[in-house]
Order: sequence, then C-alpha cells, then structure tokens
Amino acid sequence: MNDDNRSIRVLLAKVGLDGHDRGVKIVARALRDAGMDVIYSGLHRTPEEVATAAMQEDVDILGVSILSGAHMTVIPKIMARLREESADDIIVTAGGVIPDEDIDKLHELGVQKILLQDTPPDEIVSSFRALVEARGER
Amino acid sequence: MSKHKLFNADSLTAIGERFEQWENNELNSFLERAPEAKSEYRTGSGLPVDRVYTPLHNADQDYDRIGFPGQYPFTRGPYPTMYRGRNWTMRQIAGFGTADETNRRFKYLLDQGQTGLSIDFDMPTLMGFDSDNPMSEGEVGREGVAIDTLADMERLFDGIDLTKISVSMTINPSAWILYAMYIALAEKRGYDLNDLSGTIQNDILKEYIAQKEWIYPVRPSLRLVRDCIAFGARNMRRYNPINISGYHISEAGATATQEVAYTMATTVQYVEEALKAGVTVDDFAPRLSFFFVSQADFFEEIAKFRAARRCYARIMAERFGAQKPESCRLRFHAQTAAATLTKPQYKINIVRTAFQALSAVLGGAQSLHTNGMDEAFAIPTEEAMKIALRTQQIIAHETNVPDVIDPVGGSYYVEKLTDEIEQAVWDTLAEVDDMGGCVKAIEDGWFQKGIADSAYDFALRKASGDRPVIGVNCFQEEEDYADVEIHPHDPETETRQIERLEQVKNERDSGEIKRLFGELDRLAEDESENIMPVTIALVKAGASMGEIVEALRAHWGTYRETPVI
Repeated sequence: MNDDNRSIRVLLAKVGLDGHDRGVKIVARALRDAGMDVIYSGLHRTPEEVATAAMQEDVDILGVSILSGAHMTVIPKIMARLREESADDIIVTAGGVIPDEDIDKLHELGVQKILLQDTPPDEIVSSFRALVEARGER
Repeated sequence: MSKHKLFNADSLTAIGERFEQWENNELNSFLERAPEAKSEYRTGSGLPVDRVYTPLHNADQDYDRIGFPGQYPFTRGPYPTMYRGRNWTMRQIAGFGTADETNRRFKYLLDQGQTGLSIDFDMPTLMGFDSDNPMSEGEVGREGVAIDTLADMERLFDGIDLTKISVSMTINPSAWILYAMYIALAEKRGYDLNDLSGTIQNDILKEYIAQKEWIYPVRPSLRLVRDCIAFGARNMRRYNPINISGYHISEAGATATQEVAYTMATTVQYVEEALKAGVTVDDFAPRLSFFFVSQADFFEEIAKFRAARRCYARIMAERFGAQKPESCRLRFHAQTAAATLTKPQYKINIVRTAFQALSAVLGGAQSLHTNGMDEAFAIPTEEAMKIALRTQQIIAHETNVPDVIDPVGGSYYVEKLTDEIEQAVWDTLAEVDDMGGCVKAIEDGWFQKGIADSAYDFALRKASGDRPVIGVNCFQEEEDYADVEIHPHDPETETRQIERLEQVKNERDSGEIKRLFGELDRLAEDESENIMPVTIALVKAGASMGEIVEALRAHWGTYRETPVI
C-alpha cells in the first residue's frame, strides 16, 4: 500500500435499476491498485442506502455510477440526504452516460467530478487524489 | 485418423521448404531495412497472430470439420442456401416512452424497409417492477418502453399483423410474463399460436454472469426458463422461447473467446434443465436460438461465429445425443458492439458499425441490429436508426457479399482462428465441469471475475494507446456537442403510464384476480407444474407484471450478488 493514499477511503455505488457495472469495476480496480481503500456497494441500491453507507463507512469520496439515464432523479436525493445529515464533507463524484447539459446541473448540486466513458484509469486516480487534497483535513 | 485432410504430407513438406526459403530471402532482408510496427500482434481477445497464414497452419485440417452449409457441423452456416434463399432479417431494436410512442417508431421502421421487430423495455419492466413502484421513479419509459399490463401490449402492436412479422423481445427475469402477454394478445386476436414467429431473450444465466438484471435466486429463475421452453415446445412451433446470449457478456468486457465459451457453458445448463422437464432434446433444441455481438476485430469475429456453430453442433450431438440435424444447427442474431461507440466524433460510429455489420454477415448471421451513431449520448434518434438500417441495406443489396456462402471459409487465417476459438471453448467447458457446473461457477463469481479481468485489461490497453480508438486516444479533435440532436425524454411518460395502470386495475374482476393468484401461489411451491398457463390467465384478467413478480417473490425471495471486483 502506498503511504500517500492510506487515508483515502472510497465508496463506489450503483444506484437505481441498471446493472451496467463494467465501468464501476474498472474504477474500483484502478483506485485499489493505486493503494486506496475501496468499498463497492453492489447493484441496485437506493439513494438512501448509498448515502447512509457513505456516512457509516466514513469515506472521503462517494462515487455514484449510473447508466440508466435516471441520474437527475437519483443523485439529487443522495446530495440532499448528505446535506441533511451534515455529511457534506464527503466528496461526491458521478460516472456514467451523462449528457453535457446535466453535467452542469450536477456540478451545481455539488457533485465535484464527473467521469465519462473512456476516462483513463490514471486520470481517475489523480483526480481523486486532487479532490481529497483540495478538501484538506477534516 | 482424419478422413479428408486438406493437404497431403508431400505438399506440406514442399510448402514448408518454400516458406523457409521465403523467410530467409525476401522476408529477412526486408525486415532489416523496414522493421514492422510492433514486435507482436494479437487479436482482440489476445490470440497471437502470425504475419501470414499458409497451408502449414491448416496442416491437420480435415474438410469434414468445415463441411457444407446446412450440414453438420454447420461451420459454414445453418442453411444450404443462406442469403440466396432469404436475406438476414433486418431487426432494429426500438422502445421508449409508452406503448403508443414505440408503436409509432415500429411503424416508421417498417416503412423504411425493416423486416423484423425487436423491443427494448424500460428498466422497471426489465426488472419486474410496475411503473408506480418507488424503485421505478425516473426510469419509466426512459431506456425502453414501459409495459405493465396486457393493455399496454395491445397498444404496442396496434395495427401490426403478428402472423406476418417476427418479433423479438429483449427481456429476462420477467420474460415469462411478457411471453404470457404476447400469447394472450395472440389468442385475443384469434391467431393460431403456431403461426407466431419470434424470440424472447429469456436468458437468465447470462444476467447473473454479465447484464445483472435479476429478480429471484438462480434455481427458481431457471425453473421459469424451463417452463417457457417446455410450453413453447408443445404449443409454438415457430417461436424461440430462449435466445442464449453472448452479447451482454462481451459488452460487460469479455473477449471474443470468453463470449462463445461462456455462452456454450450456459447452453449446456439450459439443455440439462429442459431435459429435466421431461421433453426430449430433439423436441426443443431446434428452437434454441442465439445472440452474439459483432465486435471490432474483423476476422476474429467471423471466426467466432463459425466456431460457435461448430461447438454447438458437437455439444448437441456428442454430449446430448441429439438425432435431428436441426437440433445441432445454431442460428443467431447479431448486434454491433455498443461499447465501441464513442462520443468524440460520433459520426464515425457509422463506419465502425458498418465494418462490424459486415463481419456478422460474413459470419452468417440470421438477423442483425446495427447501432445508431448517437448511442454514446442517449437512445438513438429516428435519423440515426435510419442510417443504421441503410447500412445493412447497402451490405445486402450493393456489395454482392451475400451471394456466396461463407466466402472466407478456406482462408488459412480464418480456419486457423476458428480452430483456436473452438479449442478455447472446450478448455472452458472442461474447467466449468470440473468446478461443478455453470450454476456453481456463477455462484462462485468465476465468470464474473473472468469478465472483470478482461474489461480492466482492455481499459488499460486503451489508456496506454496499445488499443487505438479513433477520436479517443488518437486523432482527437476539439469539439462541442451542443448541436448534437439527441432523443428527447418526455417527462410526462411516467404520469401517463401510472394512470393507465390504475385504470386497468379499477376495471378488472377482483374476484377472478384473487382466485388466479391463489393458483399461482400453489404452483410456486410445486416445481413439477408449468407456470405458463396460469400466468397467461392472470395477464388476461388484468393482473400487472409487478403484481405477479411480487407474488412469487414472497415464495422465492430476491437474488443478491456477492460482487467481484
């Protein structure tokens, strides 16, 4: 394990009904191979389950993967739940098939990074490190 | 000892000597002046590729393994005349919004010369949830059409004669209910069930392996598949009650060899299940149908289709003792590879798709779906679907490719690749048998791990540039997607669909519904019975898909995957 990353904990979650897990598994391996502590939720989780797990596991980053097109229904619920519980120091990222117009809306909601198709694994790792660094200690 | 070797020993010796001379003379001096671009070449699935193929690569080849089209082991194709007798079915999948909207898209595609229908359902329908279930929120009619009750099915096919056109339905854990709705609709219209031709995907094993749409645990799910196969064998002569699919295995990241090998592993399991229901192999095997991807590696894909046909023929004859030739004849639908579509420079997806479609035709597909250029953005627009259909029409009518059966058969390269893929399938099947069979391998996450390994390897190769993707890791351009027209989602779909579901529930005979659900409860616990007849009665009486699913969930529970990273 790389010392630089000992503290980075990530929950990767699949929400909604879609079962496309190719991307999320690639992200999981890339982060794990870079020495991060990765938890994967498995499929078909509700927004409530995901937000609760992120808080209980005390993760630095929550990565939400969704390819069904329902991201604008599901992600706002996760963000709202984290805010209600004053857990908005958890960095939220999203990945999947997300149209450009929704990317801006998700950023406005507080989603910090959106990984689209074909983001190279190294770039995922470095952007996650940068997000945690930018947040600072908590 | 082989019977009909392609080359005799003397010829091979002579060719071997000449090959050596060629290497020593022409090749080596040329390489000194102009080295090759890479030190090693491999196919998409990692099989090593030589510089040039010769009879030496086919030294052990026996013509009986290649054979003639329409004849065991069907390497060259399932029918003796192939596209000369009947072109492949041009079957573009469609589905979005409510049944009325999809019905309009179907009619548009038929007007454009499409020859078969294929339905995409929305996520709630695929997963067995009604549109008013909280899990369905945001998903109703988005990625496919929403179907809750028989009333939706009736509107979906309004004005379309189902005895004249074949219909394919891409649905799995809730397949038996959609199958029941289709049958109920046909009976209401007064059709003879033997006049219906089409396919229901109904391949639950590949769901656990790759696509990840499921409801119940493996065992009761397999019983549902078995009941569909048995019902079809007895009542629907021209209908395929299962479409055993490698497509999703590939899209989840598997290589071409894994795709065929895993598909053959699930096939063995389905045949064993159906035999347990008391039908003989020759009663149902002729109606087993297949679905493969048509990926980017052109020749490997052609070889893959040929190898799949030969493997299947041998499995059915040698492992299951099938007697009828039709039981050994693999027929397949192909779809070009959605995962190869790129958002950058998305119009070039037309070209990618055309090459992939050509390999499916050279590989002898019975029906074909070509993807729309804009599918990296959303579900395809009408324009994108039309161009995709025209791509097939160009191959069919302008290239003359379909005039000759298996035109790449006999290519030293393609025959060698076909043999190598076949061998990879036998190795995998032996490994699965040693593990205790397909269900055990699923429960252990063995297939899932194999796919995840290949997917990760592919992602790394793309990132390093070892696997070029035009517009993504080479020949990139600055671009703005603001002008790309994408398929709009109507936010009112969900409300309209829920209203219609409520209306059906208000108008039905609740006493009859209660009685039929009582019968369903009884059958859930009695595996010796077939669940299809009561399901047909339930949908006719106005029961919704979600109600039927939930009634059985109370008996069988929900599947939960232990994820493999």
